[in-house]
Amino acid sequence: MSLLQVKDLSISFGGVKAVDGVSFHVEAGEVFTLVGPNGAGKSTIFNLISRLYEPSAGQIIFDGQDITGLPAHDVAGLGIARTFQNIELFDHSSVLQNLLIGRHCRRQTRWFEELLFLPKVRRSEREQRLLVEEVIDFLDLAPYRDKLIAGLPYGVRKVVEIARALASEPKLILLDEPASGLSVEETQNMAWWIEDMQKDLGLTVLMVEHDMSLVSRVSDRVLAVAEGHPLAMGTAAEVQANPKVIEAYLGTEATS
Amino acid sequence: MDILQLLVSGVANGCIYGLLALGFVLIYKASEAVNFAQGDMMMLGAFLGITFINAEYADLPFLIGITLAALILGVFGYLLDRLVLRAIFGQPQFAMVILTIALGFLMRFAAGVIWGHDPASLQTPFVGKVWEFGDLIIPVVDAVIIVTTVALTSILYFFFARTRLGVAMQASSQNQMAAYYMGIPVKRINAIVWALSGVVAAIAGVMFAAKGAVEPSVGLLFGIKAFAAAVIGGLGSLPGALLGGLLVGIVEPFAGRYLPSGVGQIAPYVLMLLVLILRPGGLFAQISQKKV
Repeated sequence: MSLLQVKDLSISFGGVKAVDGVSFHVEAGEVFTLVGPNGAGKSTIFNLISRLYEPSAGQIIFDGQDITGLPAHDVAGLGIARTFQNIELFDHSSVLQNLLIGRHCRRQTRWFEELLFLPKVRRSEREQRLLVEEVIDFLDLAPYRDKLIAGLPYGVRKVVEIARALASEPKLILLDEPASGLSVEETQNMAWWIEDMQKDLGLTVLMVEHDMSLVSRVSDRVLAVAEGHPLAMGTAAEVQANPKVIEAYLGTEATS
Repeated sequence: MDILQLLVSGVANGCIYGLLALGFVLIYKASEAVNFAQGDMMMLGAFLGITFINAEYADLPFLIGITLAALILGVFGYLLDRLVLRAIFGQPQFAMVILTIALGFLMRFAAGVIWGHDPASLQTPFVGKVWEFGDLIIPVVDAVIIVTTVALTSILYFFFARTRLGVAMQASSQNQMAAYYMGIPVKRINAIVWALSGVVAAIAGVMFAAKGAVEPSVGLLFGIKAFAAAVIGGLGSLPGALLGGLLVGIVEPFAGRYLPSGVGQIAPYVLMLLVLILRPGGLFAQISQKKV
């Protein structure tokens, strides 16, 4: 069964139907990418899945469970992590602290045990730290471990946000434009990391991205959306060749 | 000896400022907003303490009275967030400022109706008792205030540094959106912070009532001075709030004793201005300069 099923999802803002009857399945272990022109509703679909917005119709089923009515703070615990287009990190904390907060939803200790710093808490602290160190190694963040986010370059912050998402041990990771604002070299690294997440960590990736070279390289399947409607689905090459997609991007009839 | 004596009374007063400043910092840490009704919550705590402990009312033992006052004001803070402040969740901080100023007015009015406008003070087992060390006289009440403040600040400090709930509170103050996706129930956390600041306000209020007279408008001026103390400490730092409170508390009696009359009244604000000029982030600055 599919890891994530989105069925007839719709939402309107005022009179504008931002997402209108979008359905798709994401299979476990694949990299699934949403593409489309600006304002197509891609980020809105992300915000619906991560429960920031309330859909006006439709259903979201993750891992066999209907999550359509869940509050946003329960999503992490189920195994869905995400990054944001404009980077939402804890700016006045270090990289390490940000990643440890990523572990928040996986920790079991109680507040009075924590206040007394009992052996159980100490053991748990060490476990969390070890797991976070694995993520730091995986994404080569060791040189920045104790730096404050506010002082880091944009490209590094982008990676820290992915690291924080990985720290929560997700099954599904939502990447909202992972390559936006990155240099050619950084985009190259991002492609490797997405491949590693899929192959080494066995993660399922749902991504929104504009950079078609990155999309073609890492995606198993691509769904093109425009004005809230699904346009075409298939491999990156198929979708790029689809006349409806070309029309949506260029605004004219595809001529033969 | 004169100086030592002034210092003792300054430190005890400063502890109450510090406790109140802690309340400001708690709310600020959680929601990056300032609760201008903090002083009035302290006033409510003081009257609750008097109601539970004084012989003409409930006549309960001191420790039970202060615990009850803290619990009730904790619930009050929680409900205040759930029923009133949640309505402006996500609005600009200015909305919160205006709303808390209005809440302060309401609390002063309600207290006047319930307890009247005559000054009242707390009857404690240690009222009027002193310890003498040579010429130095330490009122027992001052010692109690100092010990309580140090204990409460330490507990809160460890709470924020060590517990998951404390860390979650800091996280949601830095970035609410991201906190949601770390699995932190941001709204519930806000309500708990308000409850906590109610508890702290109640303890500060009972201490205040043990030392002097309380009437419904007492929280207004006292709250503004405690706000100055929180700003001096860096508005966001718990040890900073305590230090700020101590500085304000100490500066007041010394300025009153050695400087022309009236200077004692403005001394805390002069101190705040000086700190803001020399260290704009406060003594324990939480904000680091962003590199560009």
